Amino acid sequence: MTSLFNIIFYILIFLSVYVQVFFFVTFLENRKKIVIRNGKIKLGFYPSVTIAVPCWNEEKTVEKTVQSLLNLNYPKDKIKIFLLDDGSTDGTWDVINRFTEYSNIKIFKKENGGKYTALNLALENIETDFFGGLDADSFADPEALVRIMSYFEKDPETMAVAPSVIVSASKNIIKNAQRAEYNMGVYFKKMLCFLGAINVTPGPMTIFRKKVFDDLGGYRHGHNTEDMEIAYRMQKNNYKIEHCNDAYIYTNTPGTIRKLYRQRLRWIYGFINNTIDYKNVLFKKRYGNFAMFTLPMGVVSILAVGYLFVRIVYNLGHFLYFKIIQLKIIGFDFSIKNFSPDPFFIDTQFFIFLIISIYLLVIFAIVFGRRMTEGKSGLSLDILYFFPVFGLTAPFWILKAIFNTFLHRKPDWR
Amino acid sequence: MNNSIDWKKYLIVFLITLGLFFTAIYLSNYFGDKKINQLESIQDKIAIDILSSETQFSLLSELSCKNISDSVFSSELEELGNKLEWSQENLGATEEVSYLKKYYALLQIKDYLLTKKISARCGTKSAFILYFYTTAENCSLCEQESLVLSALRTEYPELRVYSFDYSTDLSAITSMLQIYKIKDTVLPALVIDDNVLTGFHPIDELKKRVQESFKLQEKKPALPI
Repeated sequence: MTSLFNIIFYILIFLSVYVQVFFFVTFLENRKKIVIRNGKIKLGFYPSVTIAVPCWNEEKTVEKTVQSLLNLNYPKDKIKIFLLDDGSTDGTWDVINRFTEYSNIKIFKKENGGKYTALNLALENIETDFFGGLDADSFADPEALVRIMSYFEKDPETMAVAPSVIVSASKNIIKNAQRAEYNMGVYFKKMLCFLGAINVTPGPMTIFRKKVFDDLGGYRHGHNTEDMEIAYRMQKNNYKIEHCNDAYIYTNTPGTIRKLYRQRLRWIYGFINNTIDYKNVLFKKRYGNFAMFTLPMGVVSILAVGYLFVRIVYNLGHFLYFKIIQLKIIGFDFSIKNFSPDPFFIDTQFFIFLIISIYLLVIFAIVFGRRMTEGKSGLSLDILYFFPVFGLTAPFWILKAIFNTFLHRKPDWR
Repeated sequence: MNNSIDWKKYLIVFLITLGLFFTAIYLSNYFGDKKINQLESIQDKIAIDILSSETQFSLLSELSCKNISDSVFSSELEELGNKLEWSQENLGATEEVSYLKKYYALLQIKDYLLTKKISARCGTKSAFILYFYTTAENCSLCEQESLVLSALRTEYPELRVYSFDYSTDLSAITSMLQIYKIKDTVLPALVIDDNVLTGFHPIDELKKRVQESFKLQEKKPALPI
């Protein structure tokens, strides 16, 4: 039995190393193609874009979100802004009513039906060839839209362009841990972009050609992750998704473990269930790296973290049992007999070196992601928060998401 | 849409990952070998110490008891025991480890015989426990008894505990098992002052026995040299 567990463990480690090496090789192949523009750019032609802001009880942040859209470096007559109140019970409606004087802003109110229904209401009313959403807790950098639109100008086959979603500096440890994680996410997204295998077109300001929705239909519930489901659908239909790494969208991240847990439970549950819905895509050559790499990689990550956690809990349980026995038979022992600085007792089993190599590649991803988003090189303190915060909490939402999937129990939005 | 798959890349990444795996295995073996070498050098040192003490002992007729080095190697023996136990768990029960375990068992027996003689002749305060356990099967009582003995050793520095793995294939151990008539069905087993105790024995009981053993020694006069 032990050897079976070990074999599973070694296979998962092999696959985890494979995934990280795959990303790193992709980076080495494409590193010269990563362009980071610092100044303002101009387009030959500025197409009209509609940006929808679905709001559900966002009275605190929506004003800043709309202001960031009004400050975009893009011709004002080419941006249409839709503010959609999805049945808020707070003062959101009053806040968005303050923007009625702007000729390019339209406001809508509807009964609460979920974010995807608000986005579909926007889609029913658009008159432009480009469409995007912006979550009401996120804020666009002034250069974000023009940089995104430059990708459409460059390649008429591009159907959607995702921005880099990042977290502003904060004094909150949970938020700073997420900052490191979002930076890492930017690096991974760029690599997936080179592979043509992006699996999420984030709610914060991914811009689509309207044709996507004309051809494939509107947003779906997608297990509360409609931005993932639409990306899956696009991949299934071979629609090209790009990543504009220098289009920055700042998002407001959960500041407590509890809120983070709920958000991630929703994301992981969404990943598992969308992948189940699109299981026919898995390992089919015609769907490219999305089917051969992105989806299997996600499954491997979930299994590896889940398995590792069970293993750690088992070892911890074993250790506690041993301590209880010790307490029972020889009483309280205050001496630290087992502590020895002797390097002899350092574990040098082979998988330890592989785990170290995985950590090094993850650290590289965070460091390079930070360079892409903040223009800074080197290690940041955020890495120190990232490993303990996510190491201790991620297994819980992953296991809960698996558990909920088995029980068909859907997580709440917040 | 570029949905072509670069199979060559998948293969190259596979080979790199395989390379990392073998490098990790190589590193693990390299450090494992270093640890084995370290164990061997500790054992060699202990062997020399024992030989030296034996020689000293043979010369006792010309020396006084004051000159006999007392317990110089007992702490090293304990350290070696801990390291061997750790190696068996973490490096696996390899041939090298089982060879070292045999060597270790022999060193313990030699140390036991010698210290017993010195104690008898010079009247040094000491007590001895021979402890037989098994690693061949899951013996939870053995694990518990080991804990008791570690605690006991901390409390009585003069107490010497010699642990023998029942499953070690060594004639010297087999002889001891025959002498004390110990079978694998009664493990853990302890020998204190030639009394054989089988099964688990709590710390309080063993404390009494160790104290009695010390008293017995005090009553016995030191043998003339």
